[in-house]
Amino acid sequence: MRHFKNLVRPYLVWSFLIIVIPLFLIFMYAVTTNGNSLINIQFTLDNFKKFIEPVYITVFMKSIKLGAITVAICLILGYALAFIISKFKEKTQDILILFVTVPMWINMLLRTYAWMSLLSDNGVVNSLLGFLGIDPIKMMYTDFSVIVGLVCNFLPFMIIPIHTSLAKMDKSLIEASYDLGANPVQTFFKVIFKLSLPGVVNGVIMVFLLSISTFVIPKLLGGGQFVLIGNLIENQFISVGDWNFGSAVSLILAIIILVLISVMKKLDIDGMQKGA
Amino acid sequence: MNKLIELKNITKTFDDSQVLKGINLDINENEFLTLLGPSGCGKTTTLRIIAGFEEQDKGELLFNGIEISKVPPYKREFNTVFQKYALFPHLNVFDNVAFGLTIKKTDKNVIKQKVERMLKLVGLEGFGQRDVTLLSGGQQQRVAIARALVNEPKVLLLDEPLGALDAKLRKEMQAELKKIQIEVGITFIYVTHDQEEALSMSDTVVVMNNGEIQQIGTPTDIYNEPENRFVAEFIGESNIIDAIMLKDCLVQFDGFDFECVDKGFKENEEVEVVIRPEDIDIVKKGNAKLEGVVKSIVFKGVHYEILVETSERTYMIHTTDYFETGLEVGLSFGPEDIHVMYKD
Amino acid sequence: MKKTGKAFSILYIFLCFAFFYLPILVTIIFSFNSSKSLTHFSGFSMRWYKALLENSEIMSAVYVSVSIAVISTVISTFLGTLTAIGLSRSRHILREWILNVNNIPIMNPEIVTAIGLMILFSSMKIEKGYLTMLLAHIAFSTPYVITSVYPKVRALDPNLANAAMDLGATPAQALWKVIIPVLKPGIYAGMLLAFTMSFDDFVISYFVTGNGVMNISIIVYNMTKRTNPTINALSTIVILVIFITILVVKLVPILNKRGKKV
Repeated sequence: MRHFKNLVRPYLVWSFLIIVIPLFLIFMYAVTTNGNSLINIQFTLDNFKKFIEPVYITVFMKSIKLGAITVAICLILGYALAFIISKFKEKTQDILILFVTVPMWINMLLRTYAWMSLLSDNGVVNSLLGFLGIDPIKMMYTDFSVIVGLVCNFLPFMIIPIHTSLAKMDKSLIEASYDLGANPVQTFFKVIFKLSLPGVVNGVIMVFLLSISTFVIPKLLGGGQFVLIGNLIENQFISVGDWNFGSAVSLILAIIILVLISVMKKLDIDGMQKGA
Repeated sequence: MNKLIELKNITKTFDDSQVLKGINLDINENEFLTLLGPSGCGKTTTLRIIAGFEEQDKGELLFNGIEISKVPPYKREFNTVFQKYALFPHLNVFDNVAFGLTIKKTDKNVIKQKVERMLKLVGLEGFGQRDVTLLSGGQQQRVAIARALVNEPKVLLLDEPLGALDAKLRKEMQAELKKIQIEVGITFIYVTHDQEEALSMSDTVVVMNNGEIQQIGTPTDIYNEPENRFVAEFIGESNIIDAIMLKDCLVQFDGFDFECVDKGFKENEEVEVVIRPEDIDIVKKGNAKLEGVVKSIVFKGVHYEILVETSERTYMIHTTDYFETGLEVGLSFGPEDIHVMYKD
Repeated sequence: MKKTGKAFSILYIFLCFAFFYLPILVTIIFSFNSSKSLTHFSGFSMRWYKALLENSEIMSAVYVSVSIAVISTVISTFLGTLTAIGLSRSRHILREWILNVNNIPIMNPEIVTAIGLMILFSSMKIEKGYLTMLLAHIAFSTPYVITSVYPKVRALDPNLANAAMDLGATPAQALWKVIIPVLKPGIYAGMLLAFTMSFDDFVISYFVTGNGVMNISIIVYNMTKRTNPTINALSTIVILVIFITILVVKLVPILNKRGKKV
């Protein structure tokens, strides 16, 4: 099969052009001043300094805060669902997990759009509350609506890795725990939860990085003035036109995510070594 | 017999480690030849060079006297039975066997005839429509053999084909392979690390180690007249003793002179002597030159394995008789049981 | 105790699924509303579907989405499959390099990939529009194909291609008659992923398009400012098509799995 090794060549070239070079270009924009020409490139760190200005740090902190809240909600809801699903017969589990994943395949924009009408002042949710005698609540264009959108879109990314680690868990470990005198609660915290940690870490990081980098959900459900890191980047490129600052913010975002992913991989490998 | 394949001074290096260090080997028509050796000895690489999956760094590979090193595998008249069979999982038994003929655009009716005859030969009549992934190991093995043989190759290459089977099935397949080889009358080149398998099936055994051929010979030669310590140790269990060849047919070890049948060594040359455990008789103390004490006795199914400690060393003996541990005994063997080898 | 536990489990699953599917359901229901309201259902009608068909802007967006998804799927499946096969035979360093580069678009936030491509196209002076959108879609889909196919390649018996060649197949025949058919499940999975990734994409398309070329996502994004049930009609069609495809592709194997473990 050594005949086939040349098959990678086209992709080697292609991936260099379309993956590596763009990253390099973002880097170049981030560390240079506006209005460079090819002959006269001026390096600067101003784009990064600008990020520390209070306006942008607020945006950054808000993104982190919303990301953390989303992660917390997804973790609680998602762990419970993954745990409950893992108790069913294998075939039922497969079907339930399939129904968890189906929304992921459907255009995020369309699903977010649906929440707009659901949460609007005279929308379906407020109508239902009206039946219960509760006055309409303003939900659209608040933290609440954004978090609902984030959780709804990213919850599957929490459920699936947790379910995978629960489903592949050796059932005899749970039996062993009971056998050694642990009650169900002790067994859950001392055995099941600990063994599912790789899945939890995976889910937490996935949901966190999806939440802090999105710009569609805050824009649609939070309104124009609702600015997170993603929106900041979008504004720099689409409306403000400061590509250098936009690139610097992207680079910061990419680095945060890179660090998180390497933490996740490290934990994953440790978990596997422990399992082996 | 005609020389069919000749390997001349073949060398091969993978990532800085030399796996073949100059292999010279002639393979005859209708021969059942086995490449035998421990894992990493270069036997599989040798086979893959013959098949055309690897190319040697240096040396010549001749088929009927013609250099074929540059001929791609699909143009060689050899077929291979792979280690884990490499059956095509997307094709059923019939289509697997028919693969080679289909590639050659053979007439459909001819294919059907040939495949069915071949399935019959390997004992899989009526299995044509089965899913290969659902067959047992032994059945997959038979499909792999049929798939190779249906192309009527000049040479069949087998790479540890019985490795994945359990002991009982392996025995059955050994006999069957030998039968098939005689029936189709072509050359088989067989790779294995199992010395028993090699001795029971082959016409010629090639013992390899560290990328070099240690000995080429018939199974009896290899077993009875190992040329060096490696062969003696690899083929069966043996007592290997440092000795001095006093002159032709007289060797000295453990403080005694013994008559033997080996000639052609220098006078007083340092040599090694092999005595197979089953060639040693345990006799009453005083009836043999060597004397010792029975240290242990273990029943091995058919025979006992007994360790006897003499003043110089411990001998291993295989016998069907029982001896108490602690018993003082004599060890006796005849001149033809002593095999003298050159020292490495 | 056990019974209430089970009832609670089912209730919880039901609530979670309601959370996932309620927006989808509401979208579908209101696409058949006879009035413009997205909150009060005043009667069944197909008027928004009619409006959809008559809206040339939306129809051209549908055409853009479908054609880009089809073309980019074909190209990325082809490129990704060949690469995955080649990878298993490549030198270690090259393989690690490609796999790592391949992971970048999967791991990176979409928006970073998007602006990277946007900067690339503008610095290469390629006019933004259909072509740039297509190139971008191939760029982000191919890694998913590789990730779906490569594990299947690694699971193959390394002698499979040798076996084919041993039986007289040329390398190309070994590829088409043996390796690719055996990899089919992985290739289909990658293809499905590539298609839906492309069809659903908003962020990357939004940044790399120009000249008024819009796909469905972009047009929906632009129309969300006003209430417009035509979007519901469009959503309903898109959702149903994706929903049915995924269900058929994924559910059938599960139902066929008669306790047989592979």
